[in-house]
Amino acid sequence: MSVLHSIRFTLNGKPVQAAVPVHLSAIDMLRDVFHLTGTKLGCGEGECGACTIIVDGVSVNSCLMFAVDCDGREVTTIEGLRTDEGLNPLQKAFVQHGAVQCGFCTPGMVMQGTALLNRRSSMTVEEVRRGIEGNLCRCTGYRKIIDTIASALHETSSEEIS
Amino acid sequence: MHDIKRYLVPVSLEEAVRAAAEGDATLLAGGTDLMPQTRTGARSFSPTLINLKRVPGLRGVSRENGNIRLGALTTVTDVLNDVLLREAAPVLPETADHFASDQVRNSATIGGNICNASPAGDMIIPLLLLDAVVELASWNGEAVETRSMPLEEFFVGPGRTKRQPGEILTAVRFPVPGEGFIARFVKFGTRPALDISVVSIGVAGVKENGTLRRVRMAFGAVAPVPVRGRTTEAAVEGRPLTAETIRQASEATQEDISPISDVRASAWYRRELVRTLTTRILNDVSTS
Repeated sequence: MSVLHSIRFTLNGKPVQAAVPVHLSAIDMLRDVFHLTGTKLGCGEGECGACTIIVDGVSVNSCLMFAVDCDGREVTTIEGLRTDEGLNPLQKAFVQHGAVQCGFCTPGMVMQGTALLNRRSSMTVEEVRRGIEGNLCRCTGYRKIIDTIASALHETSSEEIS
Repeated sequence: MHDIKRYLVPVSLEEAVRAAAEGDATLLAGGTDLMPQTRTGARSFSPTLINLKRVPGLRGVSRENGNIRLGALTTVTDVLNDVLLREAAPVLPETADHFASDQVRNSATIGGNICNASPAGDMIIPLLLLDAVVELASWNGEAVETRSMPLEEFFVGPGRTKRQPGEILTAVRFPVPGEGFIARFVKFGTRPALDISVVSIGVAGVKENGTLRRVRMAFGAVAPVPVRGRTTEAAVEGRPLTAETIRQASEATQEDISPISDVRASAWYRRELVRTLTTRILNDVSTS
């Protein structure tokens, strides 16, 4: 067994700490230590994006990240998107547009969509498509997912204008 | 299964190379190769894991003494968005744009991509075109010592480099390209994103009056290491970029490569791809 290392970081807005084996991946820590099972393990090699989380404002594959690298950083998982009013606008848009089939890729798609929303106030459909190229949907429901993120971007930017 | 005895997070380069000098250590940068390789058992951890993230000065792009220097911990996203590179060496951001996915680009580092020494490492190809040199730091018992080596000579085989135990790759640098320098990169895979390149090709040179000089060609995933294509370069150097020159150059590529058959493609197919893509990329250069 590897040595343990103590880390402190912000998880979904709350300060947390843990002592983790230094070889542990971020996704194993999130699921097994913090019991946040919304983040899904798909391929385990960064190909599918089901494990996407946001660290210091940018999206990363939590299956490729060492848990110890969360130290001192701000980590957001799918569980952290919920607001006091319930689902956030992008999550609601996924529901409204029916952009969910089996649902396994959905947390990763929503997290990557959130990262895109954070970065840009507007994007073409083609840019959204490029933006989620690291996320696979084995139900192949890409069209609705892309339209949903594009519409959420559009709505966000309209709100900003008005 | 994993038995890491010691975990170190050095906060200075001196501390890092002194730790590395003590013996068998695994270096952690972005982790995007190390994590899956150790999870599947393709690679095992050394007793000491040294996390380089907190070493200051290893991340970022700078221009000094006619060179552009990329710190080893510069991420692929950093390269993609870097204003200096977009102006002075756009082939690097262009290649970064074809690297894996947004999520991987946000974590993966230039130093990691080089030290992982995959024959298909995408960022290596444009760096070969730019005559890049790697900087390796180590502890000589009294001070931090740095040696430099042309990137082209750095690779020994798949996953193997000339980096010695105790050495840390700190940066890669290249001369600022001069007036008229152009460079192109293309990769071919079955999926636009994330695919490990079946083949990748880069060409660069200084274009004057329809002729390319100081030609650089580089090929990925068609030899045990990413390679410069010197036979192809000679076929292009100083000749008008006519259809005949391009045909001869595309044939000459076959001397420069030694592809294998694997799960992604057969050797025969890789040879065909290199011939075809070289024709295409040189046509693009001739008309640009």
